[in-house]
Amino acid sequence: MKTWIEKQKALIDFTLASLARRKIKNLGLLLVYTLIVFLLASVMLFTHALSKEAGKVLENSPEVIVQRLVAGRHDLIPPDYLERIGRIRGVQKIEGRLWGYYYDGVLKANYTFMVPQPDALMAVESGKIAIGATMARMRGLVPGNTISFRSYSGKLFSFEVSSVLPNKSELVSADLVLLSEADFRAFFDYPPDHYTDIVLSVANPLEVRNIATKLSTLLPDSRPILREEVLRTYESIFNWREGIVLVLLSGAILAFAIFAWEKASGLSAEEKREIGILKAIGWETGDVIKMKFWEGALVSLAAFLLGYIAAYLHVFRFSSLLFEPVLKGWAVLYPRFELTPEVDGFQVATLFLFTVFPYAVATIVPIWRAAITDPDAVMRG
Amino acid sequence: MIEVSEVRKAFNQGRHNEYWALKGISLAIEAKKVTALCGPSGSGKTTLLTIIGCLARPTSGRVRLKERDISGLPERFLTGIRRSTFGFVFQQFNLIKGLSALDNVMLPAYPLGGDWRALRARAGSLLNSLGLGHRLEARVEWLSGGEQQRVAIARALVNDPEVLIADEPTANLDTALSKEFLAILETLAGQGKTVLLTSHDSLVIESSVVNRVIEMRDGQIVGVR
Ligand SMILES: Nc1ncnc2c1ncn2[C@@H]1O[C@H](COP(=O)(O)OP(=O)(O)OP(=O)(O)O)[C@@H](O)[C@H]1O
Ligand SMILES: [Mg+2]
Repeated sequence: MKTWIEKQKALIDFTLASLARRKIKNLGLLLVYTLIVFLLASVMLFTHALSKEAGKVLENSPEVIVQRLVAGRHDLIPPDYLERIGRIRGVQKIEGRLWGYYYDGVLKANYTFMVPQPDALMAVESGKIAIGATMARMRGLVPGNTISFRSYSGKLFSFEVSSVLPNKSELVSADLVLLSEADFRAFFDYPPDHYTDIVLSVANPLEVRNIATKLSTLLPDSRPILREEVLRTYESIFNWREGIVLVLLSGAILAFAIFAWEKASGLSAEEKREIGILKAIGWETGDVIKMKFWEGALVSLAAFLLGYIAAYLHVFRFSSLLFEPVLKGWAVLYPRFELTPEVDGFQVATLFLFTVFPYAVATIVPIWRAAITDPDAVMRG
Repeated sequence: MIEVSEVRKAFNQGRHNEYWALKGISLAIEAKKVTALCGPSGSGKTTLLTIIGCLARPTSGRVRLKERDISGLPERFLTGIRRSTFGFVFQQFNLIKGLSALDNVMLPAYPLGGDWRALRARAGSLLNSLGLGHRLEARVEWLSGGEQQRVAIARALVNDPEVLIADEPTANLDTALSKEFLAILETLAGQGKTVLLTSHDSLVIESSVVNRVIEMRDGQIVGVR
């Protein structure tokens, strides 16, 4: 055992010395490799943290949302619905919600106008609005400013900004405008006592499905949306399995790219000569391969660590700066949010397996071919 | 110590460019003596050295090392024998560029996995005894030809082999350096090493250090002195 360790130490020692001799090639390789790990790890960390974040947001959303459909389209909830649903056994709390979209020609962005729930902390007085931080930033608004919107009926409404919504949950509040019920009804010409949808909470969470069935029977034109279903949908969107497909794919591409690169650069005549010398002075084929394995392993390990750390900093310290152009496609008001650092061990292991391993193998193959040649070639210069 | 009997070696056997470099060589090499192979270029000296030194296998015939037949062993075993029994000094020295003299000398011992500090000390004292104590950390490509050869000799000796094999050791050296080499050879012979070398150089062949000269021509032995 001790000899084995001494031997590996000696091999690593020699490997380091021999890596240092081909500085340019190895540094270039390290750089390319680090970059690839960095990109892959960034994507993985980002999607993972994002799905976690979305899960957390949904955690606080109502258990059941009831919409009404007319001709398959979302329509207003008529006044008697609230009362009729309230009579279903097991429904604990029922509230009508008011919200709608408004297109702002200045920013070319859609806002969500919403009346805060009565029990929410964010009550807004009539004539005032509370707005999301991104919108405040883009329109240059601070509390106390006044802003006007032209409603769909053509009338101009002015509101005073009473507050800017806290930054913490910017992912959801980026385009949010909170206003009072009276202002909302006036602005959108909403018929009295009608609502956009209804939110329910249920006394016994196990009853959620039953209640949804009862709802459909009682009001055939209603569509209940269950939080657990939304959660599941979200999960399948961000699902880790898709992540794996991505990694598998990129791993294969990576292995191929590096293998091709290695092939292209090949074993230099100098390297071949060195392998011959090592064999002639008593190294076994296995020793040569081990040494080269360490060479590949050291480079790929270093690249993995560097790339992963850089990706971690990129996603969690620098707000995924590089992904901004991609994410901007999702919403015009691009939220500036800080994701909570989330590292998944399984993810790290997968990335490791699909980056370090193919490289180590790819380095060995050409060496193996060179190392099994006869050592007597060295005798003839 | 080493017995070669009826050794033949073909290159590219069975192809149109088949070439028999050795055509039935039999000889015995005595332990603790200096033996030189001489003969014109192409006579098969290097080929014979590679077979004796376990770098290559004969096409037919036997090689016995200390009563043990080694001509049929698989490569793994040959490597082991090569490492423990033979030290090589190549004509082109074959040092590894970019590494220091000391690192080069230590290389053959790495696969053995011995204690690194002890190995370093041993390599250092070998270089010291060859008069290179002041160049231990110098990269080998900065050394002169004579210095490089002495590094190559130290590397050949680091695993303390019984047999030293040198192919054309003075081909790249001027007369003064060749004489220095012969002096080193004398010391090694004094320490009881078996030495086998090839040479064209009359300075070597006629030197008193060499105990026996074997003359080759066209893959055969034509004379022994
Ligand atoms: N790998 C090989 N393939 C084909 N022919 C070879 C090979 N190696 C050596 N030979 C041939 O075998 C013959 C003997 O070569 P060898 O190197 O043993 O001669 P040598 O006596 O050492 O010559 P020199 O004095 O020039 O070093 C030569 O004709 C050479 O061309
Ligand atoms: Mg020769």
